[in-house]
Amino acid sequence: MKIDRREFLKLAGIGGVVVLSPGGLLNRDNAAASEANDFFFVQLSDTHWGFTGPAINPDATGTLKKAVEAVNSLKRQPDFIMFTGDLTHTTDDDAERRKRLSEFREIVSRLTVKNVRLMPGEHDAGLDEGKAFKEFFGDTHYTFEHKGVHFIVVDNVSDPTSSIGDVQLAWLGGELKKLRKSERIVVFTHRPLFDLYPDWDWHTRDGAKAIDLLMPYENVIVFYGHIHQEHHYETGHIYQHAAKGLMYPLPGPGSVPKKAPVPWDPEAPYRGLGFRGINAEVKKAKYDIAEFSVKGERL
Amino acid sequence: MKPAKFIIAILILMISLLTIHHFIGGLSIADEKETVIQVTAKKFEYSPKEIRLKKGVPVVMEFTSLDRLHGFNCPSFKIRSDIFPGKKNLLRFTPDKAGSFPFHCDNFCGSGHEGMTGTIIVEK
Repeated sequence: MKIDRREFLKLAGIGGVVVLSPGGLLNRDNAAASEANDFFFVQLSDTHWGFTGPAINPDATGTLKKAVEAVNSLKRQPDFIMFTGDLTHTTDDDAERRKRLSEFREIVSRLTVKNVRLMPGEHDAGLDEGKAFKEFFGDTHYTFEHKGVHFIVVDNVSDPTSSIGDVQLAWLGGELKKLRKSERIVVFTHRPLFDLYPDWDWHTRDGAKAIDLLMPYENVIVFYGHIHQEHHYETGHIYQHAAKGLMYPLPGPGSVPKKAPVPWDPEAPYRGLGFRGINAEVKKAKYDIAEFSVKGERL
Repeated sequence: MKPAKFIIAILILMISLLTIHHFIGGLSIADEKETVIQVTAKKFEYSPKEIRLKKGVPVVMEFTSLDRLHGFNCPSFKIRSDIFPGKKNLLRFTPDKAGSFPFHCDNFCGSGHEGMTGTIIVEK
């Protein structure tokens, strides 16, 4: 199915992209993001493959596929694609969980860009401590580098108590110690690392410990999912950005007495769903100039 | 008075005093004694779902899970507890305000997790 630009924007919910830069975030048009060494990546989240509920999303088996096509149709293809958890909708049946993970894997294999990074949400990993996810996709927390930017994937879902846990925090501390304070660091998590709205499980119980570890680093940004809506928050100098989901939107934090998916609006299909593009500006070359006299003395 | 009768009289007096002391003191202790509330948790409900307490009366919540790890979280009182299966999980607190206060499971427990909720009702 060919998706025209208008439909893509409706699905993607983005009129511009988020630009990563040392000074913070800027919004600008995708077409303008063209620095030779910049790179572009896409964040998709909360695809909840396996969810059923016609009143919530009558296109539950089609939305992820449309998003894959939309990413494939981007004029500027991303260097890599990141899924920030809840790839599948939870099930109490272990066999069904594996079936959903398998189907998800097959669908995302249709992405043109093959550099696809995955992490679990509590729907994928909260009931079996990530066992099925690991069978399909490997570790639930890891690091990778891309063009000088350090990416750290933090798992705050495999522990059903909404925690990262001391073992992983020690690992995170060890990874950070390898980096200079000025390094560019991007953290991916599923849940927010701050208390957005704990009554709705929109927090990480020991998220403050992770923030404490990250705080000494000058250029840190966090991208997460879980809350099925765009949200931006600043913890000191660390920005935390939630992405929209791709199955159903959720209401704003605490805006209604009981958290429940926002019903489908036939007048505005796919409203509240989408994904995010991020353009990372690679640091410009820097030249430190020193002047010397003919005797070799530094002036 | 013969010595035997004197001793019996003293004993009767002591028993009477102890009984009065116990009765009066017992009332006082009973008023302040913690109320024990037993709550079971299982996918995806609490029993009882509605917990009635009295303002100012200390309570011990005694949680038991019948299946897997659950949680209890009542933000209005800033109290929470993990509820592990196979053991009693105790939570002590004293409600300091009257009203109706929701609680929920805060350990992800499956497809019905979002609906695993209940209410604490505190009477004056």
